[in-house]
Amino acid sequence: MTAQLSEAELIEIKAVSKKLRREILMMIHNAKSGHPGGSLSAVDILNVLFTKCMECCPNGNKDSDYKNRDRFVLSKGHASATLYAVLAHCGYFDENELMTFRKLGSRLQGHPSKKMLNCIEVSTGSLGQGLSIACGMALGLRLDKIDSKIYVYMGDGEIEEGSVWEAVMNASSRKLNNIIAFIDRNKLQIDGSTEDIKSLGNVKVKFEAFDWNAVEIDGHDEQQIFDAIQTAKQSDRPFVIIANTIKGKGVSFMENQAGWHGKAPNDEELQKALEELK
Amino acid sequence: MKREEKSLRKEYGKTLAELGRVNKNIVVLDADLSCSTQTKIFADEFPDRFFNVGIAEQDLMTTAAGLACTGKIPFVSTFAVFAAGRAWEQIRNTICYSDLNVKICATHAGITVGEDGASHQALEDISLMRSIPNMLVIVPADAKETREAVKFAAEYSGAVYIRIPRTNLPVIFDDNYSFDYLNAVKIKEGSDVSLITNGETLIEVIDAAEELHKKGINAEIIHVPVVKPIDLNTIVNSAKKTNRVITVENHSVIGGLGSAVCEILSENCPVKVSRIGINDTFGQSGNAKQLLSFYGLTADRLTDKIIGLLQ
Repeated sequence: MTAQLSEAELIEIKAVSKKLRREILMMIHNAKSGHPGGSLSAVDILNVLFTKCMECCPNGNKDSDYKNRDRFVLSKGHASATLYAVLAHCGYFDENELMTFRKLGSRLQGHPSKKMLNCIEVSTGSLGQGLSIACGMALGLRLDKIDSKIYVYMGDGEIEEGSVWEAVMNASSRKLNNIIAFIDRNKLQIDGSTEDIKSLGNVKVKFEAFDWNAVEIDGHDEQQIFDAIQTAKQSDRPFVIIANTIKGKGVSFMENQAGWHGKAPNDEELQKALEELK
Repeated sequence: MKREEKSLRKEYGKTLAELGRVNKNIVVLDADLSCSTQTKIFADEFPDRFFNVGIAEQDLMTTAAGLACTGKIPFVSTFAVFAAGRAWEQIRNTICYSDLNVKICATHAGITVGEDGASHQALEDISLMRSIPNMLVIVPADAKETREAVKFAAEYSGAVYIRIPRTNLPVIFDDNYSFDYLNAVKIKEGSDVSLITNGETLIEVIDAAEELHKKGINAEIIHVPVVKPIDLNTIVNSAKKTNRVITVENHSVIGGLGSAVCEILSENCPVKVSRIGINDTFGQSGNAKQLLSFYGLTADRLTDKIIGLLQ
């Protein structure tokens, strides 16, 4: 039995998620480019993870001397707006910087860049690589007897990449139980439904067949997210949380629309979206 | 007189094990080729710091990247065609873009892979690796230089690609040789032509220069173990002196050492450059020496070719 989030915590988490969604949309609108659909589907999980579950750096910076920090790898790097908004919320940098997103000279690159922004653990953006990176981190931390977790956030379309399954096998054959992976199962990719393009079928069963522990949750239910992470932390093998989500979650006209994968809202659409997120 | 020959691969494996004894942060990864790449020497001594990821080169490179993120110094080995080819995008987007401290020591490069044929003969790896920002590219010419290059890579902070052939090669450098990654090596002074080479073809060029000398051609030999960053001054100064440059390499003439030399000379000293290498074609099966000769890279073939080019 895991701890319950209190009523007050739930209210606070929901308020933060709304704020993050507003910021994400304003960032993408301001940049006139970005990925609203898959950014919005990731908000609730990243919020709960960073504010309630991860051992982050005490001073807000990724202090490389603070080796016991949990690591986070945004394998679906195109959800960068969500990561930046969460990092700013947690105090890694000033929220005013969010509006530089995707602009020339900004630290907030279109896809996360380690060289540009110190609190990013590793650059991502090319799909299919995050889980392998996590395996390397897991091995390195194990050698140093550091007992922290590596969280990897993947898209569901992303697992069409064969390299993901190379890493899935690597993680289970070495029993890397310090890896906790998320699959953002919003069932849409750029060109349409994941099931039409390259049917993923039962993702949970597939991971279990590779000797992972797996749970399937509602990726917008804060308590379920929290519970799944607590369970994952106790796992004796790598753990995957398959989070059923809604692409574009929180904005009625973006929800479940593949067309909002990589399109910025115009002025009118932004206002309408912000009204819904009041 | 029979020359002493040494395996560059074995020297690599031995050097890794030596480094592993003094630096606990050194870890080694392979993709099911540890006997061929000789990382097995390290694996046998340090099983806890050796990771065989199986036949999965993409996973190999990105796992190494993750290890580097935790402060480890990963040395990664597989055949050059898979390291630079299949895993190129992992190297670009994860290792080099994040500027991670990963050392890629790719073996079985060039035409001299031999009997396995074209599928396994990497003739494009230097081209692929040197076009990526933050990547350093080293092509050693004998076992001693391989050893020094590997030791240098362990000390250097950043991504390094070291190209190692399958073949055993004659000893060229003695124990006093010190490797300096910023400097090319002038092997022989000359005035008629600059022969610029590296890796397996250095010994062939040295022998060809002797034959050329007998025919009245005084060739200068410049060995360029580090293709990137390339030693501009040594190459430009030699070209200014001889006014004629010929490059020789066990690699495609597109994108390798010959191209790198043309790039700097066209901007700094536009003399005539001829590139000798594999002429935009795949290789084939055969033994290493036969192949080297078939593709015109042995001393006797080079001698004839160079005489022809200079006429």
